Amino acid sequence: MKPLVLTLDRRPDQRLDASALIPDRLAGMTAAEIALIELQTTRIRVTAGDVFRIRMGDPQQVRLEGDCDRLDLIGHRMTGGAIVVEGDAGAQAGRLMAGGRLTVTGSAGPWAGSGMSGGVVEIAGSAGDRLGGPLAGESAGMRGGVIVVRGDAGDRAGDRMRRGTILVEGGAGAGAGSRMIAGSLVIRRRAGPLPGYLMSRGTIVLADGAEALSPTFVDCGVHDLVAQRLMAAFVATYSPKAARIFRAPLRRLAGDMAVLGKGETFVPAAR
Amino acid sequence: MRQLTARGVRIDDTFAEAFGMRATALVITADSARWARQAALTMTGFATSVIGCGCEAAIDGDVPGKRTPDGRPGVRVLLFAVSTAELQKQLQGRVGQCVLTCPGTACYAGLGGPETLRLGDALRYFGDGWQISKRLGDRHYWRIPVMDGEFVCEATTGLSRNAVGGGNLLIMGRSRKAALAAAQAAAGAIDAVRDAIMPFPGGIVRSGSKVGSKYKSVPASTNDAYCPTLRGAVATALDDDVASVLEIVIDGLDADAVAAAMRAGIAAIVRLGPKHGAVRISAGNYGGKLGPHHFHLKDLLP
Repeated sequence: MKPLVLTLDRRPDQRLDASALIPDRLAGMTAAEIALIELQTTRIRVTAGDVFRIRMGDPQQVRLEGDCDRLDLIGHRMTGGAIVVEGDAGAQAGRLMAGGRLTVTGSAGPWAGSGMSGGVVEIAGSAGDRLGGPLAGESAGMRGGVIVVRGDAGDRAGDRMRRGTILVEGGAGAGAGSRMIAGSLVIRRRAGPLPGYLMSRGTIVLADGAEALSPTFVDCGVHDLVAQRLMAAFVATYSPKAARIFRAPLRRLAGDMAVLGKGETFVPAAR
Repeated sequence: MRQLTARGVRIDDTFAEAFGMRATALVITADSARWARQAALTMTGFATSVIGCGCEAAIDGDVPGKRTPDGRPGVRVLLFAVSTAELQKQLQGRVGQCVLTCPGTACYAGLGGPETLRLGDALRYFGDGWQISKRLGDRHYWRIPVMDGEFVCEATTGLSRNAVGGGNLLIMGRSRKAALAAAQAAAGAIDAVRDAIMPFPGGIVRSGSKVGSKYKSVPASTNDAYCPTLRGAVATALDDDVASVLEIVIDGLDADAVAAAMRAGIAAIVRLGPKHGAVRISAGNYGGKLGPHHFHLKDLLP
């Protein structure tokens, strides 16, 4: 069955809240009903019919086309089905997602996959700051599922992550994996300064090291762990490139000793 | 008793009576197949009978690296017990003492399903607070720091309530050598059957038992009807040409696995023939009133 396609006529005048455009909500709706969904974030009312050309299809496969970078909260709380964004997505794409698959063929704004608990977010381009991270005041960020970023991630990717896996095929900004509670964060190219800042538990893998490693991480030596093989097998299904990191022995740095210190950062053996 | 004959081997028209059991499976891997097998052999040692050992356990087969979670060579082990509580106790004790301790090993669930037993969830405390939980997709592992690196152990493994224990074959030969040759051939064939194990040494047991004894404190005693040296002295079940009897006991994850194993065993014995192997095959039962599973030999002929 063909996907349900929503095409933006032009870049919207205001940022829009796309959280209603998920398969769970669109199931069983007619084109007319979809056209009435309100998307505005200002006092000026905007409905889906105002900005999108709607081509009906299977609501379990939603395609968003056009300049979507002002569409925020795409895939918000989705539990199943698939959404494909042709081009860039706005802020908080995949926010609180619990299942299904969100694909962004361009780049995503800040807080992509924020607080998600299941499903897969794939970003073909780069991701903004606080990938998977919590909004201000929330105690935990990502708590399940998988995020794959083919490009780079911004600052503090995986902030306060509790569970799940983030794979970044490019590099990352400062403070990757800051305040991590648990989970796994893999960065294939160079990370910015102070990865794992104040992390208590969890695993960060830096295939190309970081601009500055935190002084409050302690060297536990070079190891070839069985756990690397398990991670490699799991990661390979999403990113064969990132899975290659795990083939060689890695140096284990335990930290952040400024807090609990039961987290770990793996870097290449000769760093 | 009515008898059938297949290629000169007499086959009693009787049945093996088997019981419902609880079972689980593990996949143990190590840096080499030798050490994976060592861990499996150690943890399935002294696990021949639930009566004296708490559980029945043995190696189901080798698992090539391509099909293990960590890509290293592995061995699949099956464990059977009479209750879930006892199975949990035996699993925890045996993996804790025999796999956790064995160089380079890791231990994974060998059975899926909604019902689970605690594996790493119970053993993680050995890590004294340094254990690391790792969830990858829908699988959950514990990493426990040990002196050679880390012991990786899956959090839980599956529990089967459909397991069947006590499938058996009685193999009778004209000499000890002939009976053993037939039993070995059968054990070799049954080894290849998936989801079924033979818990006794090398798959073969020579001390079949009957319920009760003349001594008050002994619950089971030698099966005198099948002891060739007592043939003239007791109500014997043996023919004049039988000088030695061996038994193969089979536990399977389900009744089909037990039936497949018995079928493979009978086929191997018949193939060997009466000259160098068994002259007669029978099976043990309690009259059919105790166990819910009856495996009739006539249905399992090659």
